[in-house]
Amino acid sequence: MARRIVVDPITRIEGHLRIEAEIKDGRIVDAFSSGTMVRGIEIILKGRDPRDAWAFTQRVCGVCTTVHALTSVRAVEDALKITVPPNAELIRNLMFCAQYMQDHVVHFYHLHALDWVDIISALKADPKGTSEIARSISPWPKSSPKYFAAIQQRFKTFAESGQLGIFANGYWGHPAYKLPPEVNLLGVAHYLEALEWQKEIVKVHAIFGGKNPHPNYLVGGAPCSINPDEVNAINIERLAHVGQLLDEAQTFVEQVYIPDLLAVASYYKDWGAIGGGLENYLSFGDLPTQGYGNPSAFKFPRGVVVGRNLNEVQPVDGTALEEIQEFVTHSWYRYGNGDATGKHPWEGETELNYTGPQPPYEQLEVEQKYSWIKTPRWKGMPMEVGPLARLLVAYASGNREVMEEINGVLKHLDVPVGALFSTLGRTAARGLETRLVARWAKEFYGQLLDNVKNGDTRTFNPQNWEPDTWPAEVKGVGYSEAPRGALAHWVVIRDRKIDNYQLVVPSTWNASPRDPKGQRSAYEAALVGTPVADADQPLEILRTIHSFDPCIACAVHLYDQDGEHRHQLDAF
Amino acid sequence: MNGTRLTVWEHMRSLGHSRREFLTFCGWIAAAAGIHGAGLNRVIWAMESKPRPAVVWFHFQECTCCSESFIRSSHPIVADILLDRISLDYTETLQAAAGHQAEQALHDTMKKFRGEYLMLVEGSIPTAENGIHCCIGGRTALDIVREAAEGAKAVIAWGSCASNGCVQAAKPNPTSATPVHKVVTGKPIIKVPGCPPIGEVMVGTIVHLLAFDRLPQLDSVGRPKAFYSRRVHDTCYRRANYDAGLFAESFDDENARRGYCLYKLGCRGPVTYNACAVTRWNEGVSFPIQSGHPCIGCSEEGFWDNSPFYNELPAFPGFGIESTADTIGAIAMGAAAVGVGAHAVATGLRKSGVRKEASGKGDE
Repeated sequence: MARRIVVDPITRIEGHLRIEAEIKDGRIVDAFSSGTMVRGIEIILKGRDPRDAWAFTQRVCGVCTTVHALTSVRAVEDALKITVPPNAELIRNLMFCAQYMQDHVVHFYHLHALDWVDIISALKADPKGTSEIARSISPWPKSSPKYFAAIQQRFKTFAESGQLGIFANGYWGHPAYKLPPEVNLLGVAHYLEALEWQKEIVKVHAIFGGKNPHPNYLVGGAPCSINPDEVNAINIERLAHVGQLLDEAQTFVEQVYIPDLLAVASYYKDWGAIGGGLENYLSFGDLPTQGYGNPSAFKFPRGVVVGRNLNEVQPVDGTALEEIQEFVTHSWYRYGNGDATGKHPWEGETELNYTGPQPPYEQLEVEQKYSWIKTPRWKGMPMEVGPLARLLVAYASGNREVMEEINGVLKHLDVPVGALFSTLGRTAARGLETRLVARWAKEFYGQLLDNVKNGDTRTFNPQNWEPDTWPAEVKGVGYSEAPRGALAHWVVIRDRKIDNYQLVVPSTWNASPRDPKGQRSAYEAALVGTPVADADQPLEILRTIHSFDPCIACAVHLYDQDGEHRHQLDAF
Repeated sequence: MNGTRLTVWEHMRSLGHSRREFLTFCGWIAAAAGIHGAGLNRVIWAMESKPRPAVVWFHFQECTCCSESFIRSSHPIVADILLDRISLDYTETLQAAAGHQAEQALHDTMKKFRGEYLMLVEGSIPTAENGIHCCIGGRTALDIVREAAEGAKAVIAWGSCASNGCVQAAKPNPTSATPVHKVVTGKPIIKVPGCPPIGEVMVGTIVHLLAFDRLPQLDSVGRPKAFYSRRVHDTCYRRANYDAGLFAESFDDENARRGYCLYKLGCRGPVTYNACAVTRWNEGVSFPIQSGHPCIGCSEEGFWDNSPFYNELPAFPGFGIESTADTIGAIAMGAAAVGVGAHAVATGLRKSGVRKEASGKGDE
């Protein structure tokens, strides 16, 4: 008989996620993913100035802190027919790249690594051995035996204090940990180094957006002015600082993150056959090179891969009412015409219908409704989104740069193409795209410098800024690729105010409950078949769930406490 | 309480740090906490004699920007605070354990260090419908926060969510998102507002407790005076432009490119108490106004409803820099909280500081 286990809270993620899994004969046979916190940001947005929406939606998530702001200004600019100057596009791209590098590195070292690295085992390591390994995989200078011995001593003292703090009660010693002590020590050292480094790259956000987390964005461009002859604007000192940060970031990614990723992955190749789950991948694409209006020239292409067929990319259109739809069959909402129907975000309804158990509860009623997350589908199909989806869509689109990266890592690890569709593939894809983004950031930086050199310093398009220039009713959609995957905002502006605002975010795609046909979404699908050595220490569940980098505050946002307010949008 | 736990000095010595390095660290701690002169000796004494305090960090209705900001703190040793200075026994964002093991770690600390642990709260607590809108481990945030506060020595409300409700409490506050001080009573509560607060301000608040074993001086609404007693406007490096009547009229216009005052673009600096213009962000690299965007007032209660953000504040209490949050705070914050209420309260205030030409343009 299957045993139901509950992991709640899932830690080392953003937000509140609960996993219930049924385990039989050491494998997961069924799984249920539930978002257990809601705030109601979209309801709060109604009636507000659309130019403010970026700030509200940015507070959906402080981990992927720029992406909702970017998507929001794009949605509003789409509605108001505003094209931003090339410099603003480049500044947005640079902030995007900085976000990816910081977010992915923090995910790898601080959220995901402890699923693979046993820090207690590191206490047994020979620092000389660690040093040899470090020097064999990277020219990174902090690699002496003395350095690793000091790190080890530090952890030893920490462990002996009897207060393990954030490392207390981890699954240390679990048989699924496979790294030798020397590699574990390397992981511990770089955990600390990455913690130091991550605060550096986000200074790019502080320079262009004034602060991080939550830098400032602006409908119509970028808020910072460029003026090479002024101390109070983006001048050469500021630009040089950005250049320096990008150089250092690329070095860290190339010399620390990527070598570590490959070294760890080589011990866990079996995870290239675990956690694959869905076979469909969606990417809206991002990083414009010829303007946001020209998606065919994005660095990350737009499209859908169905059935893992890497020979074909299908187009995706967020404005087509029949393509993207959300379902609430298993979510705590009610649709006016029945919970079996799907609704495009422009026709979305949100009416509370909490039917779950009253807390405190032991288990959710998974046959009924069991999450605050709605269930999005593309043409009725579940989609995985995220780094793996982005790279697969790029691969299938024939993007040479991406193909080279992927083929290179497959060769390095000596694993087949099929290993991409897995927990390991997801984690590797995140690293590979970080490497690409680090490279692309320098291209964007060079272009920004060229523009300034050639006398183009514009960062803002004032056209249509004033509300009295706006039509009585307009609608727009903004797309982006958040670090965690495809993100889109839909806005309707009526009488100069937000009439409706809807977000379908990466973790909505990945973390959602089943649809009316009983099809699982990405988390649930990926967990089925995952081995669990010890049901009381479900380390393997964390590995697969963390490979998606959950961001649950983003995913749960649609709701109304009183059940009175129904998001209803007139069909256009 | 001491048992086998090491004092900070013992701990540093065991790590191979010299006495000189230890004293340097104490200096950083003191600076971060805004302690000067003779106060430094007390910091050194405290670090020599106190073990690492147990700390639990809760996440409720939030976006994790406070945790992210915390790890941006830039002081050389303070960045290591997680490992060497406090014992952070529960934090969903960073801790290794999950599920039952995470809850066990929390309950061990709550039991073992009852009355001694420091409780940090990130996020607001939804109170509608018995709190079903935020559940962790099958229990409501409301239930958890009340239980944990019982045994806490003190509570820090991180960020605007825990201090005043922040974005989810903006109208119409669909989940009845509630700040900590309205659901926890009988405990000292320090509010560290901001969306998020500056990393160094967060760490500075903790190290003040660590060094002195008592609360920092708080203003009338519970914020550390060291960081929240000055208006952004009064400490802004662009203030001279304001006084001279030099304003940007539009983003990226000639005046914006010269770094003129952003008041006419909606800057909330005049009604916002925070350290942004002095401490600045991300190791002092910049702050919103320096990077061309008006302050949106993110550390003030009700700032989300003091919008549209790009509408010029019609008028505001125009006090000089000799004033602090406590002397005029109630009035100014009231103005921030109700937005257009600034119209009314400004009327009777010192005329010289009130912009007479304020038109109230686009105020509706």
